[in-house]
Amino acid sequence: MPDNNPIVVKIRQLKFSRGARYIFDDIDLDIQRGKITAIMGPSGTGKTTLLKLIGGQLRPDAGHIWVEEQNISRLSTNKLYQLRRRMGMLFQSGALLTDISVFDNVAFPLREHTNLPESMIRTLVLMKLQAVGLRGAHRLMPSELSGGMARRVALARAIALDPMMVMYDEPFTGQDPISMGVLVRLIRTINQALDLTSIVVSHDVNETLQIADYVYVLSHGKVVGHGTNAEIRHSQSEWVHQFIHAQADGPVPFHYPALDYRDDLLR
Amino acid sequence: MNILKVFQHLGHDTLNIFQTLGRAMLFFLHVLGGIPSVLMRPRLLMAQLYSVGVLSLALILVSGLFVGMVLGLQGYNTLVDFGATESLGLVVALSLVRELGPVLSSLLFSGRAGSALTAEIGLMKATEQLSGMEMMAVDPLKRVIAPRFLAGFLAMPLLAVIFSAIGILGGHLVVVDMIGVDAGAYWQMSEKVDFFSDVFNGIIKSIVFGLVVTWIAVFEGYDALPTSEGVSRATTRTVVFSAFATLGLDFLLTALMF
Repeated sequence: MPDNNPIVVKIRQLKFSRGARYIFDDIDLDIQRGKITAIMGPSGTGKTTLLKLIGGQLRPDAGHIWVEEQNISRLSTNKLYQLRRRMGMLFQSGALLTDISVFDNVAFPLREHTNLPESMIRTLVLMKLQAVGLRGAHRLMPSELSGGMARRVALARAIALDPMMVMYDEPFTGQDPISMGVLVRLIRTINQALDLTSIVVSHDVNETLQIADYVYVLSHGKVVGHGTNAEIRHSQSEWVHQFIHAQADGPVPFHYPALDYRDDLLR
Repeated sequence: MNILKVFQHLGHDTLNIFQTLGRAMLFFLHVLGGIPSVLMRPRLLMAQLYSVGVLSLALILVSGLFVGMVLGLQGYNTLVDFGATESLGLVVALSLVRELGPVLSSLLFSGRAGSALTAEIGLMKATEQLSGMEMMAVDPLKRVIAPRFLAGFLAMPLLAVIFSAIGILGGHLVVVDMIGVDAGAYWQMSEKVDFFSDVFNGIIKSIVFGLVVTWIAVFEGYDALPTSEGVSRATTRTVVFSAFATLGLDFLLTALMF
């Protein structure tokens, strides 16, 4: 750990499986307050599942997840919902409500959870949209937005209630270089300006390493490496090395497990 | 070996059916729990009443009119041989109020509004909108499902009543205006149709159909696999199961009522 900020999310001996397949097998993880922690790993390692476990949408088979010292899997629905008001989540698809405008999407959590007058909601929504550079787009419908804009609106919505933590699910996937750059900068500045804690789940190595304070690399249900940016870049672990340097073959094999090639062809 | 596999499949499918029924029941109870919060926010209900009820109105009006016209015509062709055309009004009215009004409007409702509800909710699930709401600490069962369920439940009996009423007018159009049977004889039925045993029972039927058809529609949407194929299958299931449920329950209710 880089320094001794308090821990916001603590995960211990987490196990989670889908059918016969282990997604997580004994994972320990700490997320520090005020930092951007990246969770990286190849596709299919359950990074999104991890966010859903932290948000309490899924329950672990074994092990514990504490968010602000509350054990997520033991919380009542009411307590869980109260805690979620203080967590923002940015879905890969944006998950904007498609039948209402950009403005109403950002206003949605405010209208659901507060009794603020409409004039104040308007001010707050415009401030959040200004922060992501889309104040001018508040009248548009989600179908009129590009992928990058939709993610920025979803980010404005995720920070509408001034959460203590924001979770980003693959924020850079499928973005052109410009919107990728915009998102990288936004995640950094919003984390600082709002004094947030951020968890970024991603497999985009360069973008993520630019902003992350601390990095966990997952593969095959295990944490295969963790450390600061520099530590990860120079890691001796074969797994981490293969992932960070984008090598096609290594501990994560290029080939899906199969019969011997020669035998298979001659069968 | 093969027989073992057959039993294995049978057991697996039976378990699946019971699991789905169990999920549907829990879902129903959870949605009922969300009804009070919908009543506190009538705007949500209004919007759904419009899309489920008002937008189904044209289909119900046109279908009701034609069904009434056909009933009048068929009834006339049969009754004229017996010189009993003065009973035509009663035949049309009773057929509509007791059976065709509730049953046909339920079938039309499931095709028009039920399938739309399933597709909308299924797509909201597939595009993570429901999941997103959960993460914003908003319960989608209360915010999305409950208003839709209540709107369908309220709209269905109203649509059935409108269907029957417009059907009786359609019968009038053919029997009185086109064929020339005496209008007084046609409207004589209003004295013979009993409010409690005929009209009221018909409304009870449509309330039951409304409950079941809307329940099927919202549950299938919520339970759909979050893929395009999953949503398409769920929409089909809504229409098919609604038809089975409507016709099966109609028999059961008729046996109990009349």
